[in-house]
Amino acid sequence: MNEIFAEYKWIALFDDLDIFIEGFITTMEVAVCALILSLILGIIFGVAGVLPQKWVRCINRVYVEFFQNTPLVIQAIFLYHALPHLHIMLPVTAIGILGVGIYSGAYMSEIFRSGINAVPKGQMESGLSQGFSYWKTMWYIIIPQAKRMILPALGNQSINIIKNTSVLAMIAGGDMMYVADSWAGSNMYYGPAYLSIGIVYWIVCFLMTKCVKRLESKGEVGQHGF
Amino acid sequence: MVSEIFQSSNMLFLMGGFKVTLEIGICSIIFSVILGTIFGIARHLEIPVISTISIIYIDIVRNIPCLLLVLIVRFMTPLPPVISGIAAMSIFTAATMAEVVRGGLNSIPKGQYEAAYSQGMSRFQVLRFIVVPQAYRNIIPPMMSEFTTIIKDSSFVWAVGTEELTGRGMILIGKYSTTGQLFTIFACVALIYFVLNYSLSTLARWEYKRLHANMN
Repeated sequence: MNEIFAEYKWIALFDDLDIFIEGFITTMEVAVCALILSLILGIIFGVAGVLPQKWVRCINRVYVEFFQNTPLVIQAIFLYHALPHLHIMLPVTAIGILGVGIYSGAYMSEIFRSGINAVPKGQMESGLSQGFSYWKTMWYIIIPQAKRMILPALGNQSINIIKNTSVLAMIAGGDMMYVADSWAGSNMYYGPAYLSIGIVYWIVCFLMTKCVKRLESKGEVGQHGF
Repeated sequence: MVSEIFQSSNMLFLMGGFKVTLEIGICSIIFSVILGTIFGIARHLEIPVISTISIIYIDIVRNIPCLLLVLIVRFMTPLPPVISGIAAMSIFTAATMAEVVRGGLNSIPKGQYEAAYSQGMSRFQVLRFIVVPQAYRNIIPPMMSEFTTIIKDSSFVWAVGTEELTGRGMILIGKYSTTGQLFTIFACVALIYFVLNYSLSTLARWEYKRLHANMN
Protein backbone atom coordinates (compact mmCIF):
# COMPACT_ATOMS: atom_id res chain seq x y z
CA MET A 1 0.00 0.00 0.00
CA ASN A 2 2.84 2.38 0.87
CA GLU A 3 4.51 1.55 -2.39
CA ILE A 4 1.47 2.36 -4.52
CA PHE A 5 0.94 5.75 -2.90
CA ALA A 6 4.60 6.61 -2.12
CA GLU A 7 5.38 10.24 -1.37
CA TYR A 8 7.68 10.80 -4.36
CA LYS A 9 4.89 9.73 -6.69
CA TRP A 10 2.61 12.40 -5.25
CA ILE A 11 5.38 14.99 -5.68
CA ALA A 12 5.70 13.94 -9.33
CA LEU A 13 1.96 14.36 -9.73
CA PHE A 14 1.97 17.85 -8.25
CA ASP A 15 4.83 18.80 -10.57
CA ASP A 16 2.64 17.91 -13.53
CA LEU A 17 -0.51 19.36 -12.02
CA ASP A 18 -1.06 21.76 -14.92
CA ILE A 19 -1.65 18.96 -17.45
CA PHE A 20 -4.20 17.40 -15.10
CA ILE A 21 -5.98 20.75 -14.76
CA GLU A 22 -6.00 21.08 -18.55
CA GLY A 23 -7.51 17.60 -18.76
CA PHE A 24 -10.18 18.60 -16.24
CA ILE A 25 -11.05 21.70 -18.27
CA THR A 26 -11.33 19.57 -21.44
CA THR A 27 -13.59 17.11 -19.61
CA MET A 28 -15.89 19.89 -18.42
CA GLU A 29 -15.93 21.55 -21.85
CA VAL A 30 -16.89 18.31 -23.55
CA ALA A 31 -19.48 17.55 -20.86
CA VAL A 32 -21.18 20.96 -21.12
CA CYS A 33 -21.21 21.01 -24.95
CA ALA A 34 -22.37 17.38 -25.12
CA LEU A 35 -25.14 18.20 -22.63
CA ILE A 36 -26.37 21.08 -24.81
CA LEU A 37 -26.19 18.94 -27.97
CA SER A 38 -27.99 16.03 -26.31
CA LEU A 39 -30.73 18.33 -24.99
CA ILE A 40 -31.35 19.73 -28.47
CA LEU A 41 -31.42 16.24 -30.01
CA GLY A 42 -33.50 14.95 -27.09
CA ILE A 43 -36.17 17.63 -27.53
CA ILE A 44 -36.34 17.18 -31.31
CA PHE A 45 -36.48 13.39 -31.27
CA GLY A 46 -38.48 13.18 -28.04
CA VAL A 47 -41.25 15.37 -29.44
CA ALA A 48 -41.01 13.39 -32.70
CA GLY A 49 -41.81 10.31 -30.62
CA VAL A 50 -45.20 11.65 -29.46
CA LEU A 51 -46.44 13.20 -32.71
CA PRO A 52 -49.53 11.64 -34.29
CA GLN A 53 -47.76 10.97 -37.63
CA LYS A 54 -46.48 7.41 -37.69
CA TRP A 55 -43.42 7.96 -39.89
CA VAL A 56 -42.12 10.69 -37.55
CA ARG A 57 -42.45 8.34 -34.58
CA CYS A 58 -40.60 5.75 -36.64
CA ILE A 59 -37.60 8.10 -36.99
CA ASN A 60 -37.57 8.49 -33.22
CA ARG A 61 -37.53 4.70 -32.69
CA VAL A 62 -34.71 4.12 -35.17
CA TYR A 63 -32.55 6.83 -33.57
CA VAL A 64 -33.22 5.70 -30.00
CA GLU A 65 -32.89 1.96 -30.59
CA PHE A 66 -29.73 2.25 -32.63
CA PHE A 67 -27.85 4.51 -30.23
CA GLN A 68 -29.09 2.87 -27.04
CA ASN A 69 -28.20 -0.62 -28.19
CA THR A 70 -24.66 -0.10 -29.49
CA PRO A 71 -21.73 0.84 -27.24
CA LEU A 72 -20.63 4.45 -26.94
CA VAL A 73 -17.05 3.25 -27.46
CA ILE A 74 -17.89 1.93 -30.95
CA GLN A 75 -19.72 5.14 -31.85
CA ALA A 76 -16.88 7.38 -30.69
CA ILE A 77 -14.15 5.32 -32.36
CA PHE A 78 -16.26 5.19 -35.52
CA LEU A 79 -16.53 8.98 -35.67
CA TYR A 80 -12.81 9.25 -34.98
CA HIS A 81 -11.90 6.96 -37.89
CA ALA A 82 -14.71 7.66 -40.33
CA LEU A 83 -14.86 11.46 -40.37
CA PRO A 84 -11.37 11.88 -41.89
CA HIS A 85 -12.35 9.35 -44.59
CA LEU A 86 -15.26 11.60 -45.47
CA HIS A 87 -12.84 14.56 -45.55
CA ILE A 88 -14.29 16.13 -42.43
CA MET A 89 -11.43 17.24 -40.20
CA LEU A 90 -12.50 17.97 -36.63
CA PRO A 91 -10.44 18.35 -33.44
CA VAL A 92 -10.68 15.35 -31.12
CA THR A 93 -12.67 17.28 -28.52
CA ALA A 94 -15.30 18.07 -31.16
CA ILE A 95 -15.50 14.38 -32.05
CA GLY A 96 -15.93 13.62 -28.36
CA ILE A 97 -18.72 16.19 -28.06
CA LEU A 98 -20.47 14.74 -31.12
CA GLY A 99 -20.08 11.15 -29.90
CA VAL A 100 -21.20 11.69 -26.31
CA GLY A 101 -23.88 14.20 -27.38
CA ILE A 102 -25.52 11.95 -29.96
CA TYR A 103 -25.36 8.92 -27.66
CA SER A 104 -26.88 10.78 -24.70
CA GLY A 105 -29.39 12.44 -27.03
CA ALA A 106 -31.02 9.03 -27.47
CA TYR A 107 -31.49 8.72 -23.69
CA MET A 108 -32.68 12.33 -23.48
CA SER A 109 -35.30 11.78 -26.18
CA GLU A 110 -36.63 8.75 -24.26
CA ILE A 111 -36.90 10.95 -21.17
CA PHE A 112 -38.83 13.65 -23.05
CA ARG A 113 -41.03 11.13 -24.81
CA SER A 114 -42.01 9.21 -21.67
CA GLY A 115 -42.41 12.46 -19.70
CA ILE A 116 -44.87 13.81 -22.25
CA ASN A 117 -46.64 10.45 -22.57
CA ALA A 118 -47.10 10.33 -18.79
CA VAL A 119 -49.46 13.31 -18.96
CA PRO A 120 -53.00 11.88 -19.24
CA LYS A 121 -54.52 11.93 -22.73
CA GLY A 122 -57.53 13.89 -21.50
CA GLN A 123 -55.30 16.92 -21.05
CA MET A 124 -54.53 17.05 -24.75
CA GLU A 125 -58.16 16.44 -25.69
CA SER A 126 -59.51 19.13 -23.41
CA GLY A 127 -56.84 21.57 -24.64
CA LEU A 128 -57.87 20.92 -28.25
CA SER A 129 -61.56 21.19 -27.37
CA GLN A 130 -60.96 24.67 -25.98
CA GLY A 131 -59.68 25.82 -29.36
CA PHE A 132 -55.93 25.58 -28.64
CA SER A 133 -53.86 24.39 -31.59
CA TYR A 134 -51.81 21.17 -31.17
CA TRP A 135 -48.57 23.03 -30.53
CA LYS A 136 -50.19 25.55 -28.17
CA THR A 137 -51.71 22.71 -26.12
CA MET A 138 -48.30 21.07 -26.06
CA TRP A 139 -46.56 24.24 -24.92
CA TYR A 140 -49.06 25.64 -22.39
CA ILE A 141 -50.67 22.48 -21.02
CA ILE A 142 -48.64 19.32 -21.64
CA ILE A 143 -45.03 20.51 -21.24
CA PRO A 144 -45.52 22.30 -17.88
CA GLN A 145 -46.95 19.08 -16.43
CA ALA A 146 -44.34 16.83 -18.05
CA LYS A 147 -41.55 19.03 -16.69
CA ARG A 148 -41.91 17.59 -13.21
CA MET A 149 -41.12 14.10 -14.43
CA ILE A 150 -38.49 15.20 -16.90
CA LEU A 151 -36.27 17.40 -14.74
CA PRO A 152 -34.93 14.82 -12.24
CA ALA A 153 -34.29 12.33 -15.05
CA LEU A 154 -32.41 14.99 -17.00
CA GLY A 155 -30.22 15.56 -13.95
CA ASN A 156 -29.35 11.88 -13.74
CA GLN A 157 -28.54 11.82 -17.43
CA SER A 158 -26.22 14.83 -17.03
CA ILE A 159 -24.25 12.84 -14.44
CA ASN A 160 -23.98 10.01 -16.96
CA ILE A 161 -22.67 12.49 -19.53
CA ILE A 162 -19.83 13.49 -17.21
CA LYS A 163 -18.95 9.84 -16.68
CA ASN A 164 -19.27 9.08 -20.40
CA THR A 165 -16.80 11.82 -21.40
CA SER A 166 -14.15 9.37 -20.21
CA VAL A 167 -14.62 7.62 -23.55
CA LEU A 168 -12.37 10.35 -24.97
CA ALA A 169 -9.46 8.53 -23.36
CA MET A 170 -9.93 5.81 -25.97
CA ILE A 171 -9.52 8.22 -28.90
CA ALA A 172 -6.65 10.22 -27.38
CA GLY A 173 -9.04 13.08 -26.58
CA GLY A 174 -6.91 14.82 -23.95
CA ASP A 175 -9.58 14.68 -21.25
CA MET A 176 -8.89 14.02 -17.58
CA MET A 177 -9.03 10.24 -17.98
CA TYR A 178 -6.66 10.32 -20.95
CA VAL A 179 -4.19 12.54 -19.10
CA ALA A 180 -4.19 10.26 -16.05
CA ASP A 181 -3.95 7.11 -18.15
CA SER A 182 -1.06 8.29 -20.29
CA TRP A 183 0.75 9.96 -17.37
CA ALA A 184 0.51 6.82 -15.24
CA GLY A 185 1.31 4.66 -18.26
CA SER A 186 4.59 6.45 -18.82
CA ASN A 187 5.92 6.42 -15.25
CA MET A 188 3.84 3.59 -13.66
CA TYR A 189 2.63 5.89 -10.85
CA TYR A 190 -0.91 4.48 -11.07
CA GLY A 191 -1.97 5.05 -7.47
CA PRO A 192 -1.88 8.85 -7.18
CA ALA A 193 -3.09 9.45 -10.75
CA TYR A 194 -6.17 7.22 -10.51
CA LEU A 195 -7.01 8.22 -6.96
CA SER A 196 -6.87 11.93 -7.66
CA ILE A 197 -8.93 11.91 -10.86
CA GLY A 198 -11.35 9.50 -9.17
CA ILE A 199 -11.86 12.06 -6.41
CA VAL A 200 -12.38 14.87 -8.93
CA TYR A 201 -14.98 12.85 -10.91
CA TRP A 202 -16.62 11.87 -7.65
CA ILE A 203 -16.90 15.45 -6.38
CA VAL A 204 -18.39 16.73 -9.64
CA CYS A 205 -20.90 13.88 -9.91
CA PHE A 206 -21.75 13.91 -6.20
CA LEU A 207 -22.53 17.64 -6.25
CA MET A 208 -24.79 17.06 -9.25
CA THR A 209 -26.52 14.16 -7.48
CA LYS A 210 -27.31 16.51 -4.59
CA CYS A 211 -28.80 19.05 -7.02
CA VAL A 212 -30.90 16.31 -8.63
CA LYS A 213 -32.21 15.23 -5.20
CA ARG A 214 -33.27 18.81 -4.53
CA LEU A 215 -35.03 18.97 -7.90
CA GLU A 216 -36.82 15.71 -7.08
CA SER A 217 -38.09 16.93 -3.73
CA LYS A 218 -39.17 20.23 -5.30
CA GLY A 219 -41.12 18.29 -7.92
CA GLU A 220 -42.92 16.35 -5.20
CA VAL A 221 -43.85 19.54 -3.33
CA GLY A 222 -45.24 20.99 -6.55
CA GLN A 223 -47.31 17.91 -7.15
CA HIS A 224 -49.06 18.15 -3.80
CA GLY A 225 -49.78 21.80 -4.33
CA PHE A 226 -51.23 21.14 -7.74
CA MET B 1 -12.38 -4.83 -51.83
CA VAL B 2 -15.18 -4.84 -49.30
CA SER B 3 -15.80 -8.56 -49.82
CA GLU B 4 -12.31 -9.30 -48.45
CA ILE B 5 -13.69 -8.44 -45.02
CA PHE B 6 -16.12 -11.35 -45.15
CA GLN B 7 -13.51 -14.07 -45.51
CA SER B 8 -13.88 -16.75 -42.88
CA SER B 9 -10.66 -15.98 -41.01
CA ASN B 10 -11.84 -12.44 -40.29
CA MET B 11 -15.27 -13.58 -39.22
CA LEU B 12 -13.76 -16.23 -36.92
CA PHE B 13 -11.48 -13.54 -35.52
CA LEU B 14 -14.48 -11.32 -34.72
CA MET B 15 -16.41 -14.26 -33.27
CA GLY B 16 -13.47 -14.99 -30.96
CA GLY B 17 -13.84 -11.45 -29.67
CA PHE B 18 -17.58 -11.88 -29.33
CA LYS B 19 -16.96 -14.94 -27.17
CA VAL B 20 -14.84 -12.85 -24.78
CA THR B 21 -17.54 -10.15 -24.72
CA LEU B 22 -20.12 -12.80 -23.82
CA GLU B 23 -17.85 -14.28 -21.14
CA ILE B 24 -17.33 -10.90 -19.54
CA GLY B 25 -20.99 -10.02 -19.97
CA ILE B 26 -22.50 -13.20 -18.54
CA CYS B 27 -20.08 -13.49 -15.59
CA SER B 28 -20.54 -9.80 -14.72
CA ILE B 29 -24.32 -10.15 -14.94
CA ILE B 30 -24.27 -13.07 -12.50
CA PHE B 31 -21.87 -11.44 -10.02
CA SER B 32 -23.51 -8.02 -10.14
CA VAL B 33 -26.98 -9.48 -9.61
CA ILE B 34 -25.78 -11.43 -6.57
CA LEU B 35 -23.82 -8.52 -5.08
CA GLY B 36 -26.53 -6.02 -5.93
CA THR B 37 -29.23 -8.15 -4.31
CA ILE B 38 -27.20 -8.50 -1.11
CA PHE B 39 -26.46 -4.79 -0.90
CA GLY B 40 -29.99 -3.81 -1.91
CA ILE B 41 -31.63 -6.04 0.70
CA ALA B 42 -29.12 -4.93 3.34
CA ARG B 43 -30.00 -1.30 2.70
CA HIS B 44 -33.70 -2.03 2.67
CA LEU B 45 -33.62 -3.92 5.98
CA GLU B 46 -31.12 -1.47 7.46
CA ILE B 47 -28.86 -4.26 8.73
CA PRO B 48 -26.30 -2.26 10.78
CA VAL B 49 -22.79 -2.78 9.34
CA ILE B 50 -23.57 -4.10 5.83
CA SER B 51 -26.04 -1.29 5.28
CA THR B 52 -23.41 1.38 6.02
CA ILE B 53 -20.88 -0.39 3.82
CA SER B 54 -23.35 -0.58 0.96
CA ILE B 55 -24.29 3.11 1.26
CA ILE B 56 -20.63 4.09 1.01
CA TYR B 57 -19.99 1.58 -1.79
CA ILE B 58 -22.95 2.75 -3.88
CA ASP B 59 -22.11 6.42 -3.37
CA ILE B 60 -18.52 5.92 -4.47
CA VAL B 61 -19.05 3.62 -7.44
CA ARG B 62 -22.07 5.41 -8.92
CA ASN B 63 -20.13 8.66 -9.12
CA ILE B 64 -17.02 7.52 -10.98
CA PRO B 65 -16.70 6.49 -14.63
CA CYS B 66 -16.67 2.81 -15.57
CA LEU B 67 -13.42 3.25 -17.49
CA LEU B 68 -11.63 4.42 -14.33
CA LEU B 69 -12.64 1.22 -12.54
CA VAL B 70 -11.47 -0.86 -15.51
CA LEU B 71 -8.06 0.85 -15.40
CA ILE B 72 -7.73 0.56 -11.62
CA VAL B 73 -8.58 -3.14 -11.51
CA ARG B 74 -6.33 -3.94 -14.48
CA PHE B 75 -3.23 -2.01 -13.42
CA MET B 76 -3.41 -2.02 -9.64
CA THR B 77 -4.35 -5.65 -9.01
CA PRO B 78 -2.53 -8.79 -10.20
CA LEU B 79 -5.67 -10.22 -11.91
CA PRO B 80 -5.34 -11.55 -15.49
CA PRO B 81 -6.99 -9.46 -18.27
CA VAL B 82 -10.40 -11.11 -18.74
CA ILE B 83 -10.91 -11.68 -14.99
CA SER B 84 -10.02 -8.06 -14.26
CA GLY B 85 -12.61 -6.98 -16.83
CA ILE B 86 -15.24 -9.15 -15.16
CA ALA B 87 -14.28 -7.79 -11.73
CA ALA B 88 -14.46 -4.17 -12.85
CA MET B 89 -17.80 -4.57 -14.64
CA SER B 90 -19.29 -6.48 -11.69
CA ILE B 91 -18.18 -3.87 -9.16
CA PHE B 92 -19.50 -1.08 -11.35
CA THR B 93 -22.90 -2.60 -12.15
CA ALA B 94 -23.57 -4.08 -8.70
CA ALA B 95 -24.07 -0.53 -7.40
CA THR B 96 -26.82 0.14 -9.94
CA MET B 97 -28.35 -3.29 -9.30
CA ALA B 98 -28.44 -2.55 -5.56
CA GLU B 99 -30.37 0.64 -6.27
CA VAL B 100 -32.78 -1.25 -8.51
CA VAL B 101 -33.39 -3.89 -5.81
CA ARG B 102 -33.80 -1.30 -3.08
CA GLY B 103 -36.19 0.73 -5.22
CA GLY B 104 -38.27 -2.38 -5.92
CA LEU B 105 -38.43 -3.35 -2.25
CA ASN B 106 -39.29 0.22 -1.20
CA SER B 107 -42.17 0.28 -3.68
CA ILE B 108 -44.13 -2.19 -1.52
CA PRO B 109 -46.63 -0.31 0.66
CA LYS B 110 -46.06 -0.39 4.43
CA GLY B 111 -49.49 -1.89 4.98
CA GLN B 112 -48.29 -5.14 3.39
CA TYR B 113 -45.62 -5.53 6.08
CA GLU B 114 -47.97 -4.61 8.88
CA ALA B 115 -50.60 -7.03 7.66
CA ALA B 116 -48.01 -9.82 7.36
CA TYR B 117 -46.53 -9.15 10.82
CA SER B 118 -50.00 -9.07 12.31
CA GLN B 119 -50.46 -12.61 11.00
CA GLY B 120 -47.48 -13.74 13.07
CA MET B 121 -44.99 -14.06 10.21
CA SER B 122 -41.27 -13.72 10.94
CA ARG B 123 -39.13 -11.08 9.24
CA PHE B 124 -37.74 -13.61 6.80
CA GLN B 125 -41.15 -15.03 6.01
CA VAL B 126 -42.51 -11.57 5.27
CA LEU B 127 -39.68 -10.97 2.85
CA ARG B 128 -39.89 -14.40 1.26
CA PHE B 129 -43.66 -14.74 0.85
CA ILE B 130 -45.06 -11.19 0.79
CA VAL B 131 -42.51 -8.59 -0.27
CA VAL B 132 -40.24 -10.31 -2.80
CA PRO B 133 -43.01 -11.77 -4.99
CA GLN B 134 -44.55 -8.30 -5.31
CA ALA B 135 -41.28 -6.41 -5.67
CA TYR B 136 -40.14 -8.85 -8.37
CA ARG B 137 -42.43 -7.05 -10.83
CA ASN B 138 -40.67 -3.74 -10.31
CA ILE B 139 -37.17 -5.24 -10.20
CA ILE B 140 -36.90 -7.64 -13.14
CA PRO B 141 -37.47 -5.28 -16.10
CA PRO B 142 -34.99 -2.56 -15.01
CA MET B 143 -32.51 -5.28 -14.03
CA MET B 144 -32.74 -6.73 -17.50
CA SER B 145 -32.15 -3.37 -19.11
CA GLU B 146 -29.04 -3.11 -16.92
CA PHE B 147 -27.83 -6.26 -18.71
CA THR B 148 -27.65 -4.33 -21.99
CA THR B 149 -25.66 -1.66 -20.19
CA ILE B 150 -23.18 -4.32 -19.05
CA ILE B 151 -22.77 -5.66 -22.60
CA LYS B 152 -22.23 -2.14 -23.92
CA ASP B 153 -19.87 -1.06 -21.15
CA SER B 154 -17.80 -4.22 -21.54
CA SER B 155 -16.33 -2.51 -24.62
CA PHE B 156 -14.40 -0.28 -22.18
CA VAL B 157 -12.03 -3.17 -21.42
CA TRP B 158 -10.51 -2.65 -24.86
CA ALA B 159 -8.83 0.37 -23.22
CA VAL B 160 -6.58 -2.02 -21.31
CA GLY B 161 -5.94 -4.19 -24.37
CA THR B 162 -8.32 -7.07 -23.66
CA GLU B 163 -9.37 -8.35 -27.07
CA GLU B 164 -13.14 -8.52 -26.89
CA LEU B 165 -15.47 -7.72 -29.79
CA THR B 166 -14.61 -4.02 -29.96
CA GLY B 167 -10.90 -4.75 -29.66
CA ARG B 168 -10.96 -7.39 -32.39
CA GLY B 169 -12.88 -4.99 -34.63
CA MET B 170 -10.30 -2.27 -34.08
CA ILE B 171 -7.47 -4.70 -34.86
CA LEU B 172 -9.19 -5.56 -38.15
CA ILE B 173 -9.50 -1.86 -38.96
CA GLY B 174 -5.74 -1.58 -38.60
CA LYS B 175 -5.34 -4.15 -41.40
CA TYR B 176 -7.63 -2.54 -43.97
CA SER B 177 -7.52 0.96 -45.35
CA THR B 178 -10.34 1.89 -47.76
CA THR B 179 -13.44 3.80 -46.67
CA GLY B 180 -15.74 0.97 -47.72
CA GLN B 181 -13.82 -1.61 -45.68
CA LEU B 182 -13.76 0.67 -42.64
CA PHE B 183 -17.52 1.20 -42.76
CA THR B 184 -18.14 -2.52 -43.29
CA ILE B 185 -16.12 -3.54 -40.25
CA PHE B 186 -17.83 -0.99 -38.04
CA ALA B 187 -21.21 -2.08 -39.40
CA CYS B 188 -20.42 -5.73 -38.57
CA VAL B 189 -19.31 -4.98 -35.01
CA ALA B 190 -22.20 -2.59 -34.37
CA LEU B 191 -24.67 -5.09 -35.81
CA ILE B 192 -23.52 -7.87 -33.48
CA TYR B 193 -23.89 -5.60 -30.44
CA PHE B 194 -27.20 -4.31 -31.74
CA VAL B 195 -28.77 -7.72 -32.28
CA LEU B 196 -27.72 -8.92 -28.82
CA ASN B 197 -28.79 -5.78 -26.98
CA TYR B 198 -31.97 -5.25 -28.95
CA SER B 199 -33.16 -8.77 -28.16
CA LEU B 200 -32.31 -8.22 -24.48
CA SER B 201 -34.16 -4.91 -24.30
CA THR B 202 -37.13 -6.28 -26.22
CA LEU B 203 -37.25 -9.15 -23.74
CA ALA B 204 -37.14 -6.62 -20.88
CA ARG B 205 -40.03 -4.63 -22.38
CA TRP B 206 -42.02 -7.78 -23.02
CA GLU B 207 -41.42 -8.96 -19.46
CA TYR B 208 -42.49 -5.53 -18.15
CA LYS B 209 -45.74 -5.71 -20.10
CA ARG B 210 -46.37 -9.27 -19.01
CA LEU B 211 -45.77 -8.57 -15.32
CA HIS B 212 -47.82 -5.40 -15.32
CA ALA B 213 -50.69 -6.97 -17.26
CA ASN B 214 -51.51 -9.23 -14.27
CA MET B 215 -51.43 -6.30 -11.89
CA ASN B 216 -55.17 -5.87 -11.49
